[in-house]
Amino acid sequence: MFQIRIHGRGGQGVVTAAETLSVAAFLEDRYAQAFPSFGSERTGAPVVAFCRIDTREIRLREPVLNPDALIIQDPTLLHQVDMFSGLVPDGYILINTTRSFDALGVGEFVRGFHAEHLCTVPATEFALKHVGRPVPNAALLGGFAAATGQVSIESVAQALREKFSGAIAEGNVAAAREAYDFVQREIREASHAKAD
Amino acid sequence: MLKQIEGSRAVAEAVALCRPEVICAYPISPQTHIVEGLGEMVKRGALAPCEFINVESEFAAMSVAIGASAAGARAYTATASQGLLFMAEAVFNASGLGLPIVMTVANRAIGAPINIWNDHTDAMSQRDCGWIQLFAETNQEALDLHIQAFRLGEELSLPVMVCMDGFILTHAYERVDMPTQAQVDAYLPPYVPRQSLDPAEPVSIGAMVGPEAFMEVRYLAHVKQMRALELIPGWAEEFRRAFGRDSGGLLHSYRTEDAELVIVALGSVLGTIKDTVDAMRERGVRIGVLGITCFRPWPQEAVRAALAQAKQVLVLEKSLAVGLGGIVSNNVRTSYAGAAQAVRTVIAGLGGRPISRASLERVFAQALDGTLDPVTFLDLDRGLVERALAREREARRSGPIAENILRDLGVVGARIS
Repeated sequence: MFQIRIHGRGGQGVVTAAETLSVAAFLEDRYAQAFPSFGSERTGAPVVAFCRIDTREIRLREPVLNPDALIIQDPTLLHQVDMFSGLVPDGYILINTTRSFDALGVGEFVRGFHAEHLCTVPATEFALKHVGRPVPNAALLGGFAAATGQVSIESVAQALREKFSGAIAEGNVAAAREAYDFVQREIREASHAKAD
Repeated sequence: MLKQIEGSRAVAEAVALCRPEVICAYPISPQTHIVEGLGEMVKRGALAPCEFINVESEFAAMSVAIGASAAGARAYTATASQGLLFMAEAVFNASGLGLPIVMTVANRAIGAPINIWNDHTDAMSQRDCGWIQLFAETNQEALDLHIQAFRLGEELSLPVMVCMDGFILTHAYERVDMPTQAQVDAYLPPYVPRQSLDPAEPVSIGAMVGPEAFMEVRYLAHVKQMRALELIPGWAEEFRRAFGRDSGGLLHSYRTEDAELVIVALGSVLGTIKDTVDAMRERGVRIGVLGITCFRPWPQEAVRAALAQAKQVLVLEKSLAVGLGGIVSNNVRTSYAGAAQAVRTVIAGLGGRPISRASLERVFAQALDGTLDPVTFLDLDRGLVERALAREREARRSGPIAENILRDLGVVGARIS
């Protein structure tokens, strides 16, 4: 079972991201479960959503306490909420930012993790460019597909088209694809840096 | 057809397949998405003929459902929490009149303190109101139970409450197998009411009944619920043959064959319990699970048989009988042939408190080694409780408990767990 926890703020599409990811996994004939945190969901307030992906039926209903991947939609939460809580040692971290882990002040914390599992992506910028609104969730799902390989970018695109329609759907798909390419490049660079 | 959709959406689609003729709706979280989905289907003509009525309160919702059902229409509504309490008088009337309304209760805590999250206090508050109460473990079972509920209710002329955990199920996206209209039509015949208000054949429904016959009318309600116990297993079997899956029935045993300790629970927490039990079984612990699907009528004999081998019983329940302990536990005790003190109560998940495998395993282990108190509160923060009690000892004007505790916690935002 692969478990994902998504952190963001109310209005950034955190819950929609988890739901869309579950649809992408379903399209690949796997079992998936997505659900919101049981906290207050107000615009701007910290929000958490969860997704589990497995090859068999998922019965577990507890929150994702030991995520295999963290998607952080809003880096301003980094020093406000204990977002890294329970992350497995070889887990993935994907942050929506134009800055580096060091510049965000968490470089020291992530030192022990696989360099190729640590990704940043300017998801808000991609969303503004393709959707016209600062909603980074779709782009981050593209980045997630590239970083973890848990779902294909084609499934993410199809899931986005199920969730949204028309120009909004296509804009989100474009944002997801650009983020996918961006993170793929980032991982290649990280593994080259390691080889050097 | 397999779909990855929200639990509320799945229930809305299943209810639509049952061809309700009147749906009355008053919004309250976490039920709202269900009636929103149905309202949208009625609006675009996908569900017809059906009248969707926005009412001004939950009391009105149940009253309109009563009127519609008395007029011979298949009637549906949904509610939760304070909404269920607000309609309570009409809830009793629906069962007293023998009207087969189906209602979803998206289980949620009851205030004060106000809390929108899941527990079973709402449904448990109405456990003796005369409705059949079914509890869903998964979204698949939730949608299946609604199809069974219309059949069951209409056959017995009794209303049926389908309880599903608020947020945990209603707001969860998971895989469901949505039946076809033809499958549902074959399982659920058109509604033929035992009584209906018809200008061509005028009758009155709702007579005042005095001491000479009130007891008999109530007794007949009891008889009908007892008959449901006989009919439900057969209909679940028929459902299995028609739809190809086990859903509904009175209860479900899991790995209880040689279990010394059996965990009894209702609703979605059964999934987490089963995962915990699997892990403990791998280490050789003889532990099993009994899931109660039908809580009212209480399946006395079936529970007795399912617990016959158990040396110990742990009832994990999401409601609290303040001043007593567990509600479900007390029902279980009446069905357990062993010593009453072998049935222990664990109150868990109140107001949406997450129930984790780690915490479950801890109390299950305590039950096995005999150190578990008769009534335990899972993951209770003793420090917080002590501070609140100390405040009350120290000052007469200690202030409101909830606000004080929130200040102690320094709550700022969403918690992971």
